Amino acid sequence: MTYIAKPRLHHPSLVANKVGYTRRDYEGKVSTLCAGCGHDSISAAIVQACWQLDIEPHKVAKLSGIGCSSKTPDYFLGASHGFNTVHGRMPSVLTGASLANRELLYLGVSGDGDSASIGLGQFAHAIRRGVRMVYIVENNGVYGLTKGQFSATADRGSTAKKGAVNHDAPIDLVGMALLMGATYVARGFSGDKGQLVPLIEGAIRHGGAAVIDVVSPCVTFNNHAGSTKSFDYVREHNEAVSRIDFIDLARELKASPEPDEVIRVPQPDGTMMRLRKLHADYDPTDRRSAMNHVQALQAAGEIPTGLLYVEAEATDLHAALNTTRLPLNRLGEDALCPGPEVLERLNSALR
Amino acid sequence: MRPTDVSDPDYYHRVVDCQWACPAHTPVPEYIRLIAQGRFDDAYMVNWVSNVFPGVLGRTCDRPCEPACRRGRVEEENLAKPEPVAICRLKRVTADYKSDELRAMIPRPAAPNGKRVACVGAGPASLTVARDLALQGYAVTVFDGEKKAGGFIRTQIPRFRLPDSVIDEEIGFIIGLGVDFRAGTRIDSMKSLLAEDWDAVFVGSGAPRGRDLVLEGRQEAAADIHIGIDWLASVSFGHVTSVKKRVIVLGGGNTAMDCCRSARRLGADDVKVIVRSGFEEMKASPWEKEDAQHEGIPIINYHVPRAFLHDNGRLVGMSFQIVRAVYDDKGRRSLVPTGEPDAIFDCDEVLIAVGQENAFPWIEPDAGIAFDKWGLPELDARTLQTTIPRVFFGGDAAFGPKNIITAVAHGHEAAVSIDRFLHGEDVTQRPPAHVNLASQKMGIHEWSYDNAPSNDARHKVPWAKAEAALASIKVEVELGFDLKAAFQEAQRCLNCDVQTVFNPKLCIECDSCVDICPTDCITFTEDGEEEDLRGRLNAPSPNQEQALLVGGPLKTARVMIKDEDVCLHCGLCAERCPTGAWDMQKFLLVTAKAGPTCRDRKQGALA
Ligand SMILES: Cc1cc2nc3c(=O)[nH]c(=O)nc-3n(C[C@H](O)[C@H](O)[C@H](O)COP(=O)(O)OP(=O)(O)OC[C@H]3O[C@@H](n4cnc5c(N)ncnc54)[C@H](O)[C@@H]3O)c2cc1C
Ligand SMILES: Cc1ncc(C[n+]2csc(CCOP(=O)(O)OP(=O)(O)O)c2C)c(N)n1
Ligand code: SF4
Ligand code: SF4
Ligand code: SF4
Ligand SMILES: [Mg+2]
Repeated sequence: MTYIAKPRLHHPSLVANKVGYTRRDYEGKVSTLCAGCGHDSISAAIVQACWQLDIEPHKVAKLSGIGCSSKTPDYFLGASHGFNTVHGRMPSVLTGASLANRELLYLGVSGDGDSASIGLGQFAHAIRRGVRMVYIVENNGVYGLTKGQFSATADRGSTAKKGAVNHDAPIDLVGMALLMGATYVARGFSGDKGQLVPLIEGAIRHGGAAVIDVVSPCVTFNNHAGSTKSFDYVREHNEAVSRIDFIDLARELKASPEPDEVIRVPQPDGTMMRLRKLHADYDPTDRRSAMNHVQALQAAGEIPTGLLYVEAEATDLHAALNTTRLPLNRLGEDALCPGPEVLERLNSALR
Repeated sequence: MRPTDVSDPDYYHRVVDCQWACPAHTPVPEYIRLIAQGRFDDAYMVNWVSNVFPGVLGRTCDRPCEPACRRGRVEEENLAKPEPVAICRLKRVTADYKSDELRAMIPRPAAPNGKRVACVGAGPASLTVARDLALQGYAVTVFDGEKKAGGFIRTQIPRFRLPDSVIDEEIGFIIGLGVDFRAGTRIDSMKSLLAEDWDAVFVGSGAPRGRDLVLEGRQEAAADIHIGIDWLASVSFGHVTSVKKRVIVLGGGNTAMDCCRSARRLGADDVKVIVRSGFEEMKASPWEKEDAQHEGIPIINYHVPRAFLHDNGRLVGMSFQIVRAVYDDKGRRSLVPTGEPDAIFDCDEVLIAVGQENAFPWIEPDAGIAFDKWGLPELDARTLQTTIPRVFFGGDAAFGPKNIITAVAHGHEAAVSIDRFLHGEDVTQRPPAHVNLASQKMGIHEWSYDNAPSNDARHKVPWAKAEAALASIKVEVELGFDLKAAFQEAQRCLNCDVQTVFNPKLCIECDSCVDICPTDCITFTEDGEEEDLRGRLNAPSPNQEQALLVGGPLKTARVMIKDEDVCLHCGLCAERCPTGAWDMQKFLLVTAKAGPTCRDRKQGALA
């Protein structure tokens, strides 16, 4: 928590992107989270990614539930739309918003408590439906906001700050997302922006349900020895399986790693993502292979990170429902209220 | 890179750009904070200790601190017109608003120690020596050929820039310490002075000779042609009270600026400054040029004086050759005639302000003091000692004409030399400055300094109305900040002396400081050589004048690199750090002054 606003003064070298904003323009209010909270680094990574991708802030909607993590949308993209929903209910509000206006970029920001406990059902169904969104879980293994109780993602055998041992089996959100059909599944670490920023960029450009599980240490309640979500533990066990080298075709020409190591993933906007495999026996475009690989690493006590699975030709809920191409707020009155004859036709079709 | 050794007194000192640039190392941000707190007496004393003449310097200082000020770099690309903090004019604020209590804060001299020191000249250099030594119990006698003390501060700087009352008060503080001022006593012979058995002699006689321009017509029209500094002195003493209608001032330095502005006030309505070089290369400070132009005085550049034109000895004009600047491949400039016909300007009087020289007609060649081929004394640059061990030089007399603050800095150094010399200690051993670092943390989110940087652009000092200002040479042009503007200007200071101190042992590499830093100063990365590191920081780091603070190695084997260049000293890194690996600590530099602290044997007996 900080009492002075972040000064407006910035580095003289700061430059504007294609849509005319500097990186600082993507910031929000000053954070009220604990000093050192991993969540703040995720906010900084979102800021960086949106600036780099020339995202127009007014074309973004940030939605969240309840928790320290769910407070963070106030601390980035201050000029974007925002909706702080009820605990665990962010996915359904996001789904509704997305149906009403398909032109916005939907950023769902949640915590492990918000998504794996009270909101587990919502988490699963939004993914199943293929809502086009960037779903970021800021995963610290505890309910930070309510003073550090174990959350459903805490590993069995890990200990709380005062020594209590967690006996319950953990929910693996990456495994859940893969099972539920997410078309972009990644895991990052708040302490490694070099990896996290490209993961967020890839998710923003993805054409379907993208989920990023970001391990994000809670310095106040879950950063001790015995925790498996502490800075030290994650650094020791972090196993990156892939690396997004760059996303821009124009930039791609400059470097050329060995072809068999690189997977090219065409993006919906016509650009190309290059994914460099760090494990030879692993295919991140094959869902089953990805699930097996991730499970095997986790069973060995590692924390697999990177882009774990991606389906290039992903489709989304709008395609499935064949919805109108225009957002509802741009349809005219006759399209929105087509009159009694159309209603009559619809009713008779249902009889 | 090696982890930064912050115990080196120079490391954090360099971060305080203004203090580092100030020849007397005035703790600038310290007094600026005191101004913001309304503690004008304390702010004055911080200055008084370092630079002796806060009221004088607050109006006239050459202010090397301002071009150095970090604020100017930080405002680049942030504000339309990047400008430093008005450090100099804030110094004046301390003098303008100090209270009657101040007199009681001036320290009392120590008991007399029986040593006698003579100072030749009563300019800022000698007066500084006198102050520093009188406080330590020396009997100091200051001789000056003029009736009043002050040197060029009194005789050259015009009253519209510096009122007599300000000089009187600050010299009064020094004389009040028991200094014996012998007015109107010109020293005619160094040999006889040395024969008078002084324990030490300090020469602060300045650079009193103005250069002449020997051109056609100079002799014939001599009555209407004056050497600038002689003329300014005559104006100062009231011997000259008027000037003819059309005046040309030759030269591009600060003396030329004072001449033209003085002429304007003494009745000339057509005053021109004509200079050989280009406008940009003129020696005068940018603000002096601005002030002259503000008063409607044109500055005509690239005109080389050719001849004084006269009508039977009555000056009627001057002719000039027109030139342009040509640069060779080494960047050296030469002035080449353009081939245009000579330019003629009509005028009734000319003031020549083309430079000053040293002259020591009163020092006999066989007095034992060696001079170099430029006529300057052979000195050790740090000790200011001459070839006669008990004779020291300082100010303009030492290395040629400079400015007041340099004269003051010399005075301090000479006083240290004299004090050590008379205690039988080696003068070449210079006592190091003492450094103190104190944490400014008061609560979880509270600092004992105002850490939120202001976004204000530089505040302008109000001026007297033009008609009033130009009507008399005695009306001070600048009015000084009022209290509100003084506070707001003080708030622009970034508190560069409140240092970011990093402890790698406490860092958990959570990135919080990196994320919050408004100016992207901090990077965690793999170690490397400085040049390589400067190329891969989170933000470009072109200013090699400012160091990289290197901390580590950390747990991940990386290092923390902080580029000191554009840090706002906002303390956010320390506020966001969960472990206290960052702390904001106030750096206080206590430079050694004459007295026990500058000596090896603190209680040492006199030699
Ligand atoms: C026109 C003009 C304007 C200036 N404006 C500024 C300014 O705005 N800011 C700034 O920082 N600097 C300014 N300067 C420079 C500044 O005045 C000098 O650098 C400074 O005063 C030098 O101090 P000093 O103690 O070495 O000697 P001085 O100030 O030159 O004093 C020397 C004194 O010694 C006396 N003296 C000399 N010989 C003898 C002797 N044999 N016996 C007894 N007494 C003797 C002289 O009468 C004189 O009073 C200006 C200079 C000029 C010419
Ligand atoms: C309906 C409802 N039930 C319970 C709570 C209490 N509550 C607030 S935050 C929270 C858990 C938040 O945990 P997580 O999503 O992991 O966020 P973190 O603070 O760890 O980032 C709970 C249970 C609530 N606000 N609303
Ligand atoms: S309690 Fe934990 S999760 Fe919440 S702000 Fe503090 S460190 Fe972050
Ligand atoms: S901002 Fe203040 S402390 Fe920093 S250089 Fe400028 S005057 Fe000095
Ligand atoms: S004090 Fe810290 S946060 Fe503020 S500008 Fe300097 S390094 Fe950055
Ligand atoms: Mg949590």
